Amino acid sequence: MAKEYIDGATAIARGALAAGCDFFAGYPITPATPILLHMVNELPKVGGVGIEAEDEIGAISMCIGAAMSGARPFTATSGPGISLYSENIGLAIMGEVPLVIVDVMRMGPATGGATTPAQGDVQFVRWGTSGGYPIIALAPSSVAECYTLTMRAFDLAERYRTPVFLLVDKEMNYAMATVDIDEYVDAPVGQRPLVPQQLPEPAVVDGVRVNVVTGQPDPRLRPEETYLPYDFNPIDAVPPTSPFGGPHVTRFTTSSHDEHGFLTKDPEKVGRLNDHLRLKILNHRHDMEFGIPDIQDEADTLFISYGTTARAMREAVDRARNAGKSVSGLTLHTLWPVPETMILDAVQGHDRVIVAELNHGQYIREIERLVYRDAARKRVIPPEIAGLNRVDGELITPEQFLELL
Amino acid sequence: MATIAPIAIKQEPLSTYKNERPLPFCPGCGHTLILNHLDKALTKLQIPRTQTVIVTDIGCVGLSDQYFTTNAFHGLHGRSIAYATGIKLANPELNVIVLMGDGGAGIGGTHLVNAARRNVGLTVLMFNNFNFGMTGGEHSVTTPHGAITSTTRRGNPEYPLDICATVGENGAGFVYRGTSFDKDLPDRIAEAIQYQGFALLDIWELCTAYFSPFNDFGRKEMLGLVDALGLETGLLYYRNVHEYSHYVRELSKDAAGKPTLPLKPIEPEFPNHVDRKFHLVLAGSAGAKVRSAGKLVGYAGVMSGLWATQRDDYPTTVKSGHSISEIILSPEEIRYTGVAKPDALVLISDDGLKKSGRHLARMTEEDVLFTLPQFAGVETRARKVILDPKKAGVRITRTNLALLLTAAALRHLDLFPIEALEAAAKRFQARFADQNLPIIEASQRLE
Repeated sequence: MAKEYIDGATAIARGALAAGCDFFAGYPITPATPILLHMVNELPKVGGVGIEAEDEIGAISMCIGAAMSGARPFTATSGPGISLYSENIGLAIMGEVPLVIVDVMRMGPATGGATTPAQGDVQFVRWGTSGGYPIIALAPSSVAECYTLTMRAFDLAERYRTPVFLLVDKEMNYAMATVDIDEYVDAPVGQRPLVPQQLPEPAVVDGVRVNVVTGQPDPRLRPEETYLPYDFNPIDAVPPTSPFGGPHVTRFTTSSHDEHGFLTKDPEKVGRLNDHLRLKILNHRHDMEFGIPDIQDEADTLFISYGTTARAMREAVDRARNAGKSVSGLTLHTLWPVPETMILDAVQGHDRVIVAELNHGQYIREIERLVYRDAARKRVIPPEIAGLNRVDGELITPEQFLELL
Repeated sequence: MATIAPIAIKQEPLSTYKNERPLPFCPGCGHTLILNHLDKALTKLQIPRTQTVIVTDIGCVGLSDQYFTTNAFHGLHGRSIAYATGIKLANPELNVIVLMGDGGAGIGGTHLVNAARRNVGLTVLMFNNFNFGMTGGEHSVTTPHGAITSTTRRGNPEYPLDICATVGENGAGFVYRGTSFDKDLPDRIAEAIQYQGFALLDIWELCTAYFSPFNDFGRKEMLGLVDALGLETGLLYYRNVHEYSHYVRELSKDAAGKPTLPLKPIEPEFPNHVDRKFHLVLAGSAGAKVRSAGKLVGYAGVMSGLWATQRDDYPTTVKSGHSISEIILSPEEIRYTGVAKPDALVLISDDGLKKSGRHLARMTEEDVLFTLPQFAGVETRARKVILDPKKAGVRITRTNLALLLTAAALRHLDLFPIEALEAAAKRFQARFADQNLPIIEASQRLE
């Protein structure tokens, strides 16, 4: 059985390259820098470009510009950098830009501990931009998963034309680990919906311009248009796009816009746009729910965790079972949107749910919200929900889980 | 680049690149004049509109792209140059034109300077009307000293930024200063578009809503300001430069087609004697190759059929302070990478000792401390094995002591044959094998 001895950063960079990434812009920041170094070195080999930008705002802006020229962009930073990305994350949501962002979490707030593992950005990435629109966030809990979930992140970013976060931490990015090479599972990577890359033929029927997407005359088209860059129908569909430099004129805007990409205040159009940005994610949440439920029917306690902390949880679960105890564990790979079905299914039948995370209790809010609301709806007593947390810069240990049993 | 290669688009000759919608600006606003100049330049050049991207910043100028029939990108305040850089880097054949104001030059100054320094092939039209028009006439980085704005009611106490000198002195290849009234502006814009590197036109203009009425500032006064500030107009800088998006590709041509981060599979070649998780900690100084020694242990472990992990702790500085490597070797997959208590600790230096207090306190009689004669008195319940580098018979330095002690410890612990460590040194740190192999060999003489 062949194995490999590598760190998470290498697996993430490999996953990005396997997903067809051809553009990276980043700014050095511990503990995300190894990804920047890999991408700047590797991308020229595949005809891509990797650039160290002048700052984090420049980095994400370049990624967004490159995406509109047809590239598959990628960036990596840590919490302080996410702060600087914030405004452009909103722009990427509004303009519908595919973009994969790695947040290698370090201890905060502010400069915090640059080389200290933490999971304090979980709610930050969810709500880190104005307006509060859904984002997608995945969290690998092994080096092999770093590879696969990076590919999944590209897949979701492309197909839903939206920013997707990969949440890791210093431990995952830097620690060397042994991987059974069969565990590097390639995820399928789709492509953003693209407008056919040729001009409609004929271009005009009965004086009406033909829309290249539908092949039909479309009286909404302006003289320079061959398609409408923000035409989503139904409301949760992802609009097809065309890169700058292709055969079609494309407009991109960060402002509230109509189907042409023109600024608008028309309440009907603005309302439909904002609902679209929400529903294109939430109506497809079943397509984004990843995790590993490991449930024992006779168990009273369910542990829920993600990322580095899930590694200690899985070890604790194995050790408890070896000692003859029953216990369940749920490793979440998708944090946003909240994998509601997976969580409620896992919670079913347990008296106690422990949510373990390296922060003061961020994701537990989602578990409480879901489980309490579900219990209220069913008029049953919900299980006890408690947090297992640590913010001293040390990892949560398997022993801390075992002490709770 | 990317999934879409630039394609040659034929286009019927266009008599204008504007659409039918009238420009929305205030009566007398310079923006209208400049955009008409831009339209004339584009019409003269006839570059296909699908190959042209107008990138707009925020402010009144941010409305502009909607009145053109080219591709358009309207982004956040101050970031237009950075978006344009990404657009150009991903498709160097595009004709990328940035429309921004003096407000954008302030908030996005770093992008401006850096794009100029890199000579990204953009054409930047700076709509410079000395104030923030859209938000009510606040002062900007180009507001003249003493001028009245809504945030400088007693006169501007600041001095204006010379945008042309800022970009020109920092490498921009094409820098022009003029006004919205210049009759030849369409030709100058066309030249800037055709110029291969970073081109900026600092175009002074009137904000008839705020700056002009606040300061009794008309065409005559604006021309007078150029003289009053001792500035020149016209083409101020012109250089032959490498255009960045082409240049980065040119420089990395030789990398094309090389394998990216290839898999390095390791097959088990050696036996091992590890039947449970074994925790080995190396505690030394940063810059003394502690982590490298640790990595060799991990590789050797995997070559012996084990699972290995390594987590390191060190300060953010280089070659100063501690360097601690925590290695786990196990016959089964390792999930948790932390080390609560070492089964063996290799103590290499004072820096390492300072960070090892907790580990030393937790270690028991079943655990082993490997260390140097000077640390023989360290308090711990662990069994001590004192290793004397003087017995090595080779020259021991700060950078090979960690490997020497680690190799000696591995011989003592017998987790796997020492040949596994030698094989790892040859295969995974091949560049240093000539230095490392004699050290591993010498480690047998220490006890």
